[in-house]
Amino acid sequence: MIIVRKEHRVLIQGITGKQGTFWTELMQDYGTNIVGGVNPKKAGTTHCGVPVYASAVEAMKESEFDISVLFIPPLGVKDAALDAIEAGAKNLCILTEHVPVQDVMYFMAAAKEAGTTITGPNTAGSVTIGECFLGFMPAFNERIFKVGRVGVISRSGSLGTLLCQNIVSAGYGQSAFIGIGGDPIIGTTIRDALEALDADEGTDAVVMVGEIGGEMEERAADFATGMDKPVIAFIAGGAAPKGKKMGHAGAIVLGDRGTYQSKIKALEAAGASVMATPSHVGDVLKERLGP
Amino acid sequence: MNFEEHAAKPLLKAAGIAVPEGRYVRTAVDAAAAQQAVGPCVVKAQVPTGKRGKAGGIKTADTPEDAQDVTEKILGMEIAGHIVEGVLVEGRSDIAREFYAAIMNDSASKGPLVIFSTEGGMDIEDVAAETPDKIKRAAVDIRDGFDAGAAAAMLAGLDLGEAKSAIAEALDRLYNAYIANDAELLEINPLALTPDGSLVALDCKYVMDDSAIKRHQDLAENGTPDQLTKLEARGEEAVIKYIELDGDIGILANGAGLTMTTMDVVRHHGGKPANFCEIGGEAYTKAHTALEMVLDKPGVKSLVVNFCGAFARCEVMMDGLLNAWDDLTPDIPVFFSIAGTGDKEAIAMLKDRLGLEPYPDMDAASKAAVDAAK
Repeated sequence: MIIVRKEHRVLIQGITGKQGTFWTELMQDYGTNIVGGVNPKKAGTTHCGVPVYASAVEAMKESEFDISVLFIPPLGVKDAALDAIEAGAKNLCILTEHVPVQDVMYFMAAAKEAGTTITGPNTAGSVTIGECFLGFMPAFNERIFKVGRVGVISRSGSLGTLLCQNIVSAGYGQSAFIGIGGDPIIGTTIRDALEALDADEGTDAVVMVGEIGGEMEERAADFATGMDKPVIAFIAGGAAPKGKKMGHAGAIVLGDRGTYQSKIKALEAAGASVMATPSHVGDVLKERLGP
Repeated sequence: MNFEEHAAKPLLKAAGIAVPEGRYVRTAVDAAAAQQAVGPCVVKAQVPTGKRGKAGGIKTADTPEDAQDVTEKILGMEIAGHIVEGVLVEGRSDIAREFYAAIMNDSASKGPLVIFSTEGGMDIEDVAAETPDKIKRAAVDIRDGFDAGAAAAMLAGLDLGEAKSAIAEALDRLYNAYIANDAELLEINPLALTPDGSLVALDCKYVMDDSAIKRHQDLAENGTPDQLTKLEARGEEAVIKYIELDGDIGILANGAGLTMTTMDVVRHHGGKPANFCEIGGEAYTKAHTALEMVLDKPGVKSLVVNFCGAFARCEVMMDGLLNAWDDLTPDIPVFFSIAGTGDKEAIAMLKDRLGLEPYPDMDAASKAAVDAAK
């Protein structure tokens, strides 16, 4: 379930924290079906109008859920994720940045075995426009998100938000925004998100926002080759110096791997329109979709 | 975080992998004394980068005088931008064969990857390009771990003679060291086989996962922090990601992706970014320090401020920035692009307090900044 729907039942691990509370209320206002939260110290209480449980396993017994969103500090993410996987969650949305990579590899392996998909870590979340959202996205801002037929995939929350605003300014709207996260090892990849949007009947075109580093954009390009829907891409980091981590742990170029040029080349060969700057998205959409 | 060879090898030793007897010293006189202790030796420049031999940073010495001489030459050398401040004086080993062994985080399999090659002492990327059949790989389920049995299975098909079981054992130990030390990469190149059939690690590269430093505070003291400029060090202290670049257009933005893109757009319009400065995430209330750092870079002629609020709110960042503006009273032109959460409030503040309007998008703001810097 890469595209979140309003019928999906959502658990919030870390619901009672400051950020957990703030964003849970916004998610509820927008239409996200939040059925419970987790904080072992506050089990048995009610927070944001939903029951708080000692664990995700306990939550599943009384308030069956599909997706869990983790507002959990870095060193607590492994245990929280394993709890949610054991509970039988279908998808985890992990917002936390700076989770130790060996912890990530551990719960990724457990998730794969259990059939749980993971979005993130280090994602800003996802929005299904007009239905619901997960994480900390400004879904409720009508100049950024408007119901429409363009799917958006982004490693970065801030840059993804900017692209969405440019799409709305150009007179289009979005079907879904899928934030996949800026870490080097993440669950849902650009390719996975591309497959989900390709299969989505509400999506006519995909805007993907990649970054230098890794080979995820190249793998996505392999899939884009066989797509009928137009793919429009922007790759951040063309001007970044080699060998430096540019804020996102995943954004680092080593030698010729993961360079701006290798990604652009693969995407153009796959028939994608590659934009020089994010301000061009409206013009390229008009060209590929018509007004 | 990178570790120099002398700081990485003790991890191998602790895991049961033999390393030559060695001493880390910072003066030529100490190098002579170290040579007396270890005998015929190799003097190796300690810098967190490869290709030290090609750069002239690795020399042999048979006497204390030799050791002193070569150390004097090596200390102070610049290798790939690093000044050599210390050398490892290490006993020489007899070498029958050289192998390559490493464990690394693999983003494709989303787990640890064990790599072994019969071609040691070479760049593994070159071996992969030229003789890929000489490299064996095994993706590991980190929950199950990796042992000598799994290593033996992985090594099947390689001609290793009687060394095979010792190599399998060494890979098992290397994996344990990788796990115990939250490595992103733990590499032995070369792993030497001596004429008497034992294995010894002649070099070691260890990179600790930055996100795991909190779990290894003591060990991290031995690591080599990234070389930072004064401004970058200030950024690190203030927990703001700041990278100094060689251009003249200052950049202040929120979020890694947006900040990188602002650099790209400045470059696209023919300008040169003076810095990468990100105030998103946890740093979004630190606009004051961030502005100070961007302005303190000598030669900055104009500034682009690019905010797109998602998690970070535009009006919080703008408030911090305008307070800083009042304190610092910069005399360079500034060009704003503002979007996302809290944008209306931020734009109203900008008009009210600086009498400025934002540009319609980041292209327009960046282009104006590039023109102003000409």
